[in-house]
Amino acid sequence: MHKFIRSSLFVFAALLAGLTSLAQGDGEKVEMADTLRSNGKIYVVVIVVVTILAGLILYVIRLDRKIGRMEKGR
Amino acid sequence: MLRQRWWKIVCVILLLYTFIAGFLGPVPALPILNETIRNFYFHVAMWFCMMIFFVISVIYSIKYLRKSDPVFDIYALEYAKAGILFGCLGLVTGSLWAGITWNAYWSNDPKQLGAVVALLIYLAYLILRNSMPDMDKRARIGAVYNIFAFAMLFPTLWIIPRMVESLHPGGLGSNPAFGGEDARMGRIFWFAAMPGWTLLGVWITTLRIRLQLLHDKGSYHA
Repeated sequence: MHKFIRSSLFVFAALLAGLTSLAQGDGEKVEMADTLRSNGKIYVVVIVVVTILAGLILYVIRLDRKIGRMEKGR
Repeated sequence: MLRQRWWKIVCVILLLYTFIAGFLGPVPALPILNETIRNFYFHVAMWFCMMIFFVISVIYSIKYLRKSDPVFDIYALEYAKAGILFGCLGLVTGSLWAGITWNAYWSNDPKQLGAVVALLIYLAYLILRNSMPDMDKRARIGAVYNIFAFAMLFPTLWIIPRMVESLHPGGLGSNPAFGGEDARMGRIFWFAAMPGWTLLGVWITTLRIRLQLLHDKGSYHA
């Protein structure tokens, strides 16, 4: 199990690395929320959203475990 | 499948990637839409998931009608509920998005109306089921109605929106799901957002199915 989690984390990191290399590709000057990103503030939004996602996932995992225990109880 | 763990880990990784890449990844610079094109990973995925769950639901309804196994009825019901949940989320997010980009949260756009009609038909499925106390009758009539509800997705979601003009992408023959996004976004959508959201919906649905099975077992023992 630990091996699986480690390898899946590695795949995730590789995906992220691929993303940043893609992001460097476009340098056109069209008005987007670039200032926000260069100020680093879009990362605040990302952290907030990922926190919410993590909370929801943890909730589902706990529910999953609870139902699993109920199934074993019978 | 129901109790395995690997696909749940895949689901979490894909969703995390979708959320991070969805905000930080490259997007085309479009007028009016600006950064809201990133909603593509979230709003559009809701509708695709809804369609997937309704397809699974109708398959289990047909299986129920062939075999009369009450487990199939539970599967059909819970997948229909998941589809309704994702459809409602798609409708609300679409309305919020329209409020900013079309300047109206609700404009009686053919796609909005079609989606509402489709969801109301599925809500009627739940009401119809709950109106019958007899388990077998409820399952059988529910299964038949579910096939009818699925058939109604064709005109409301897949035909009429393609025939009429609309503010939404995909009027007059093109695909309503796409428009504005580019190939880079398409890759994130198809390989991360779609499987991630679908697996999350399946996960929640399997939990509900397991709970329902436990509940039914309990009532048999009593």
